[in-house]
Amino acid sequence: MVASLYGVEDEQKAIWVFLEQMEGEVERVSLEILSKGRQLADEAGWSLVGLLLGHQVSDQAERMVAYGADEVWLAVHPLLEYFTVDAYAHVVEQAMLKGRPSVFLCGATPNGRDLAGRLAVRLRTGLNADCTDLRLNPENGMLTSEVTGFGGGVLALLESPHHRPQMSTVRPGVFPMGEEDPNREGHVHEMEFELAEGMIHTKLIQRVVGEGVDLTQTPVLVCGGRGIEGKFDMLQEFAHLMNGEVGATRPPVDEGHIERERQVGQTGVVCRPKVAFACGISGAFHFVVGIQDADIVVAINSDPNAPIFEYTDFCIVDDALQFVPALIEAIQMDRATAND
Amino acid sequence: MTDFKIVVCMKVVPKPEEIRVDPETRRLERSQVRSEFNPPDMNALEMALRLKDLYNARVIILSMGPAFFEPYLRIGLAMGADEAFLLSDRRFAGADTLATTYTLAKGIEKLGHPDLIICGEESSDGATGQVPPGLAEWLGIPQITLVTDIEMDLEQRVVRGRREVRGGHEMLEVPTPAVISVKTASNEPRFMDYEIKDKAFKQTKIGVWSCEDIEADEGYIGVPGSPTIVTGFEQATIRERKREFLPGARDEVVRRLLESIQDYL
Ligand SMILES: Cc1cc2nc3c(=O)[nH]c(=O)nc-3n(C[C@H](O)[C@H](O)[C@H](O)COP(=O)(O)OP(=O)(O)OC[C@H]3O[C@@H](n4cnc5c(N)ncnc54)[C@H](O)[C@@H]3O)c2cc1C
Ligand SMILES: Cc1cc2nc3c(=O)[nH]c(=O)nc-3n(C[C@H](O)[C@H](O)[C@H](O)COP(=O)(O)OP(=O)(O)OC[C@H]3O[C@@H](n4cnc5c(N)ncnc54)[C@H](O)[C@@H]3O)c2cc1C
Repeated sequence: MVASLYGVEDEQKAIWVFLEQMEGEVERVSLEILSKGRQLADEAGWSLVGLLLGHQVSDQAERMVAYGADEVWLAVHPLLEYFTVDAYAHVVEQAMLKGRPSVFLCGATPNGRDLAGRLAVRLRTGLNADCTDLRLNPENGMLTSEVTGFGGGVLALLESPHHRPQMSTVRPGVFPMGEEDPNREGHVHEMEFELAEGMIHTKLIQRVVGEGVDLTQTPVLVCGGRGIEGKFDMLQEFAHLMNGEVGATRPPVDEGHIERERQVGQTGVVCRPKVAFACGISGAFHFVVGIQDADIVVAINSDPNAPIFEYTDFCIVDDALQFVPALIEAIQMDRATAND
Repeated sequence: MTDFKIVVCMKVVPKPEEIRVDPETRRLERSQVRSEFNPPDMNALEMALRLKDLYNARVIILSMGPAFFEPYLRIGLAMGADEAFLLSDRRFAGADTLATTYTLAKGIEKLGHPDLIICGEESSDGATGQVPPGLAEWLGIPQITLVTDIEMDLEQRVVRGRREVRGGHEMLEVPTPAVISVKTASNEPRFMDYEIKDKAFKQTKIGVWSCEDIEADEGYIGVPGSPTIVTGFEQATIRERKREFLPGARDEVVRRLLESIQDYL
């Protein structure tokens, strides 16, 4: 049987969280995991350790204590300013072999998945992907991860009983973020490690990153499908009135009507808004998983038999291209009267 | 034909909407389910075939799975791939991503040194997306995941990929050989070529390799090679919705809707 580089016998009873940062800011998903990690660590009487890599990130380390970490391991190096999987995997591997945590968690983001996918092989351990829930058994220290498969239709519970660390990547948005508590006490530990230019084979040639949208946090999500024929300006106007954001199914993204980061669903973003609108969307499973945690779903579709209505609270059989403008007008009228 | 060689990793998956969980045994009911090529792997194959069109590259399909995968691999040949190999052995079954990537890496080593290994973004069953980075790690080579487009520099022996990240994209360059994963739907897979279809389905031999053929260590494949244990499956409960159709003329429906959602905002 394949054995991990360190085992259950020499593990430390600790949960480690990889703190992903972009341009010196720790990503929201890492704070969500810290908050869940805090809860699990308290239940089991374990410690919670954050692992932060970067160049000018020391100020963030203290903040991570305020967000719940007992300890932050900090690795600072100019070669760590931007994520490359080569450099990050080298440093995280060294940290893990020193710290030997029982559990290692990271965000299921593009970089988090790249890093975890390589590390799990390097350490010869199991990796549970894109988890939607985590449990830690305080008796035996076993981590159970809930994952989804088959386009969201099936849940599976996974464990790695004999290999360490027990690794999971966590889907953004599934755990609420904790409160920052400036009175919390913790320790920041500056790591010593080896890293040299020659170890890095990835060259970053260009990086075009805007503000980006975070659909996981929006209270109102207005999604458009093929049925709205690219009229995203109309949805944008409506979303704006509702203090929400626009999302889309895959076809309009593929056709270039809207940015890919607004794609909702299995290969896009999974959201949990208060209200989700589905305009001109048939209701494919790949899409529906992206809004199944919404408090309320409203669908507008000209076909009364569209599958989307199975997953909808308020069903509207109408032409979305006419209904949405009517809705916009009604809201504007209400607001105008309210302001009089 | 140049000596530029590409391996495309492809997997056959059950159609996701047809899978059910048996509530008694908590196992997956797969018997009635139809299969298909993992749709993202068609994008991987298309990317490879475009490089074949440009540079006359040799395109080899590699898959790990049971014997029934074979006819699917022929679809890939009919689309234009040159060869296909199936890693098939009862002992490979039950593999998690550690064992899967080990096995595929052994298969790739046996194929000789490809310049590129192209994978899909993720499978539509396990959907971990862990195979591409895991493969790169076993092979000790770099990776660029989630690319929408790549560019080769055969002289310099590097590949550049445009990779999607939150809020934008980045251009990365790595030396070949390298592992690439293709962002789903970033190209339009071609249809089968009817001129080569007959040959692909009747003549071309598909190499089927066992554990011994790829010189794999039995402790690293299948169940023994898999740290991950699935303790149970459950049907995901889709939240019950009200399914209330709002009646009336458009203006009335607008009013009803605005009242209905008010409490939730
Ligand atoms: C591996 C894989 C991953 C995928 N991942 C995703 C994903 O993450 N997200 C995603 O969305 N899809 C995903 N898909 C695609 C998915 O399977 C569906 O094809 C897609 O969601 C359909 O989009 P749609 O509902 O906009 O289009 P269609 O299915 O074409 O539906 C259009 C709907 O609009 C209605 N309509 C037409 N005109 C009007 C009008 N004027 N007013 C009102 N209604 C109108 C029609 O009745 C129809 O119901 C994935 C597919 C695969 C294979
Ligand atoms: C619901 C469910 C959840 C699972 N969760 C986990 C988990 O969290 N951790 C874990 O270790 N295992 C997990 N597994 C098992 C995992 O699916 C298998 O190990 C599988 O062989 C490879 O992973 P993947 O399908 O996720 O591939 P992905 O990494 O999603 O696939 C990416 C690409 O790799 C290539 N590829 C993948 N498999 C093959 C193959 N057999 N042959 C050729 N190319 C291939 C394809 O190009 C594919 O597009 C899960 C399985 C199920 C059914």
